[in-house]
Amino acid sequence: MSTTAERVGAEAPTGRHTTAEEIAQLNKPRQSTGQRLGRIASYVGMALIVIYCVLPFYWMIVSSLRTPDEGRSTELLPSPASLENFVGVFTGNNNFMVSLGNSLIVSSVTTLLTLLFGIIASYALARLRFRFKGIILAVIIATSMFPGITLIIPLLKMFTGTYEWFPVNWMNTYQALVLPSLSFAMPLCVWNLTAFFRQLPVELEQAAMVDGCTPGQAFRRIILPLAAPGVFTTAIITFIAVWNEFIIALTFGRDQDMQTATVSISKFTGQYGYDTPYGTIMAAGVVVTVPLLIAVLIFQRRIVAGLTAGGVK
Amino acid sequence: MALGRQPRRVAAAALSSGVLLALAACGGGGGGGGGEEAAPGGGASAPGTDPAYEQRGPITMVQGKDTSGNVQNMIDMWNADHPDEQVTLIELSDEADQQRNQMIQNAETQGSEYTILSMDVVWTAEFAANQYVDALPKDKVDLTGFLQPTIDSVTYFDQLYGIPTTSDGGLLYYRSDWLEQAGVEVPTTYDEMKAACETVKAEVPEAEGADCYGGQHQKYEGLTVNISEAVDGAGGHITDDSGAPTANTPEAVAGLTWMRDAFADGTIPQAALTWTEEEGRQAFQDSKLVFHRNWPYVYNLASESDISGKFAVAPLPGLNGPGVSSLGGHNWAISKFAENKGTALDFMIWLAAEEQQKSNALATSQAPTRESLYSDPEVVEAYPYMETLKASIETARPRPKVVNYGDVTLAIQDATYTTLQGNAEPQAAFADLQTKLEGLIQ
Amino acid sequence: MLSDGQGRLAALLISPTMVVLLLTVGIPILLSVREAFFRENEGIDPQTGILQGGEQFVGLNNFTAIFAGLNDVTGNYGTMDRFINAFINTSLFTIVCIAIETVLGVLMALIMSKAFRGRGFVRAGILVPWAIPTIVSALMWRLIFDEAGIMNRLLGQQVLWLADNPYSFWAVVLADVWKTAPFIGLLVLAGLQTIPADVYEAAKVDGATAWRTFWRITLPMVKPTLVVAVLFRTLDTLRMFDLPYGMIGPAKYSVETLSMFAYEEANQTRYGPAAAYSIVLFLYIVLIAYLFVRLLGADVVGDEESKALKEQRRRKKERARLAGTRPGKQRTSITSGGMP
Repeated sequence: MSTTAERVGAEAPTGRHTTAEEIAQLNKPRQSTGQRLGRIASYVGMALIVIYCVLPFYWMIVSSLRTPDEGRSTELLPSPASLENFVGVFTGNNNFMVSLGNSLIVSSVTTLLTLLFGIIASYALARLRFRFKGIILAVIIATSMFPGITLIIPLLKMFTGTYEWFPVNWMNTYQALVLPSLSFAMPLCVWNLTAFFRQLPVELEQAAMVDGCTPGQAFRRIILPLAAPGVFTTAIITFIAVWNEFIIALTFGRDQDMQTATVSISKFTGQYGYDTPYGTIMAAGVVVTVPLLIAVLIFQRRIVAGLTAGGVK
Repeated sequence: MALGRQPRRVAAAALSSGVLLALAACGGGGGGGGGEEAAPGGGASAPGTDPAYEQRGPITMVQGKDTSGNVQNMIDMWNADHPDEQVTLIELSDEADQQRNQMIQNAETQGSEYTILSMDVVWTAEFAANQYVDALPKDKVDLTGFLQPTIDSVTYFDQLYGIPTTSDGGLLYYRSDWLEQAGVEVPTTYDEMKAACETVKAEVPEAEGADCYGGQHQKYEGLTVNISEAVDGAGGHITDDSGAPTANTPEAVAGLTWMRDAFADGTIPQAALTWTEEEGRQAFQDSKLVFHRNWPYVYNLASESDISGKFAVAPLPGLNGPGVSSLGGHNWAISKFAENKGTALDFMIWLAAEEQQKSNALATSQAPTRESLYSDPEVVEAYPYMETLKASIETARPRPKVVNYGDVTLAIQDATYTTLQGNAEPQAAFADLQTKLEGLIQ
Repeated sequence: MLSDGQGRLAALLISPTMVVLLLTVGIPILLSVREAFFRENEGIDPQTGILQGGEQFVGLNNFTAIFAGLNDVTGNYGTMDRFINAFINTSLFTIVCIAIETVLGVLMALIMSKAFRGRGFVRAGILVPWAIPTIVSALMWRLIFDEAGIMNRLLGQQVLWLADNPYSFWAVVLADVWKTAPFIGLLVLAGLQTIPADVYEAAKVDGATAWRTFWRITLPMVKPTLVVAVLFRTLDTLRMFDLPYGMIGPAKYSVETLSMFAYEEANQTRYGPAAAYSIVLFLYIVLIAYLFVRLLGADVVGDEESKALKEQRRRKKERARLAGTRPGKQRTSITSGGMP
């Protein structure tokens, strides 16, 4: 595009004499300068956006690459650079590997359960006709409006066996981390998937049913494969939302071997009392974030599609 | 006595049969409180012959992070000699608030998972009043040779609720090299300190850009400590010995006024409003402070820094004379809902013995609770400040010993942080605080 | 027809989800409501110092205590009850953050929509703030806003962001906007891409300026997307917790939100008041969501069927109104002239 425009611009002075070309010449150079300016402006704008988004993260990386006792330094580049903080994340008594494992378990199980229930529910909401559908959708969305704190206080009492009708002690168990997470993951998932299912053409199922498929078969053989990208996207978004969750994990997984990664980071300790080991905390932040970033980079198109459909979080 | 024993035996039986039964008993309570019905009277009567204290077996010990690893070493030593009474260490977060939450939760669910709790000195009243921890059988615990303030810190309504583990007192760190160069004496009052600073800054080129003084003035527990020291150092008290609020006295207001003025005239840098222990230590080590209030842990870290050999410690200054430190430290207590309390008590007594305390002091630099260790040659060699620290602890004042300490300390922080920022007058702030404390402390 | 008489199947498919939501949301909410009417006894035995324990029904006391003036604190806006202060903070955070995020987000979307190349790259970059766990980014910002941190070094000033003052408020706003403006940008970008190119061309032919095109065409056409995005962001901001808690800390009245206050009360084992405050917060959120739907026409449910039904009802009402009948007579007018 740009080369054509420039060539036309360069040729203009030598010009030919047909009216049509004259018009073209009169028009094109003007358009091209405008276009060029616009393009430069848009590149500058995009660069600004990227800098805006990435700069604070840069500070996190730089801080993680300093030596541990330089945690609060303001040097723009780490000097001397050191991987000690990253070593510190995985050694010592921070127990970070266990926490990563917990995060993985909690996020995966929550995601799987959410999908299991969410897929069939969203299919019904997107495709079937029944009474109170609007209300049910509204209720599901409304559940995502509850402030976490409203849920956590009673759940805490429930899981600590305060109520006679629920005589269990679920503190520091996986179910105590997974179940409350469903409260926000579920609406997110249903909301996203309903939007996806709606986008799929109804004709496909109709054709399948004309061929003698039951609605169940039509769902399994036709709809599910088609919805796979949507399901996948929803899975990633749900996974990240649970992975990043803090209050629930902080409340219900307090023992060191039941902490998730986010809770573990918030409790990192240094070599002695009172120490807030910023370097190690930032290194752990990088460790937790980088896998997500890689996933995000690979699947960005889908994630954006999913976020756009859901509009949540 | 005879009346008191029967129900307690029932309670002990319920506890020994494990979590499930304990929880079933809890259900009737309808939330909160924590099992009063299981043992009426609780800590009220002397639990000397409590059969629960005859039980032995594996126990756990719960505390913040064992950063030095020394607690585990000591546990290993004990375990080697007691194969049937093994101790397991449970490490919680390093943040006091989170430790407290977790211990309270364990108690509210009547869990038997935690046996020995490492209890911050300011939690004693709350844990005792809620009966999260047991009053210890007095005839089995001998605290002779312990520093009196540490014993007071674990006593509530004449009952002993634990054994003092470690203590802590504030110290005044100062740049001995600068003071020497300027020919200034170590100050014992705030005015002397301010004058010393001016001389130092005038005489020592290196000190020109330094600030005079700084402690912990961020809005958190450290502020309560520092404010209490200023108030006590001026002869006032936020609460008196009986626990009644006395914030609105001329002496108390004078203490706060001093610190407010110190911020206003730059004696304390404005930045200190965001300082906790570490930020202050960093500033002191970066030669940005002439005087610095902090805990003993700073000594060894500073000795390995740029100012190694250039600093020393002294007792805290006060308004008209020597200052008063706030008492810090931890105590071991036995969770009410634990099993094998006999083993737990033995282990605690073993840990508190001179030999164990000494090894802990040497390994962690935490202040011991036995007086004799402050003059132990080995300890003194490792920590030259022991004499000063002992003086600091012996004259230290406890922070308010109240059940709802969380509310009280927040009220103190609310009133004073605003004042230090220059948004309230000390007199009015403490008048308000007095009203608030009267509502909070019954 | 595919979608006729499938109520039973639908019930079967939807009930697992509803059961999960009932268990994880419904029951806790009911318990929370009950909790809000109780308070723990605080009496102490004068001989032993032991607490009475137990709890008692206190009616609406936990709610009315808000106005009793027993818990006054001083924040950015003077001395007032801690709850009211938190309420103001929550509302101001929401208004300020959402306003800035929306403007920045729309701006970002416009820039990205003009891009020829590298859009994928920008999109990936934009997801960075979103992918970092909020609590981690809170700690990151705490480091940046440290008294001796990089922000003050860049500004060449010594601003005490992490104390408790109006700067703390703006530090949190900055951190929140950083995380969420790109997100709004993404959503709006998706909305922009659904606008057919010929609409713009037509505008150009008519000689409309870029500014006019934006206000007359772009904005109205992305409005449905934007309103939903803003609604969800608003609901999220009203619940804000991690960021101010991790960055500035608890009991800092210049940034304390309702979620933080309720959490702190629960920390002091005052579950009754904590539940009461969180219920007020929930009602506040519901009110805002309702206003969004009513005033801005946010289409949250997005279901064609429900939409059609709603539209039908609206038309009926409209017709009734046009007919100039009084409310009492409305019913007849609908039945008589309701069917198209």
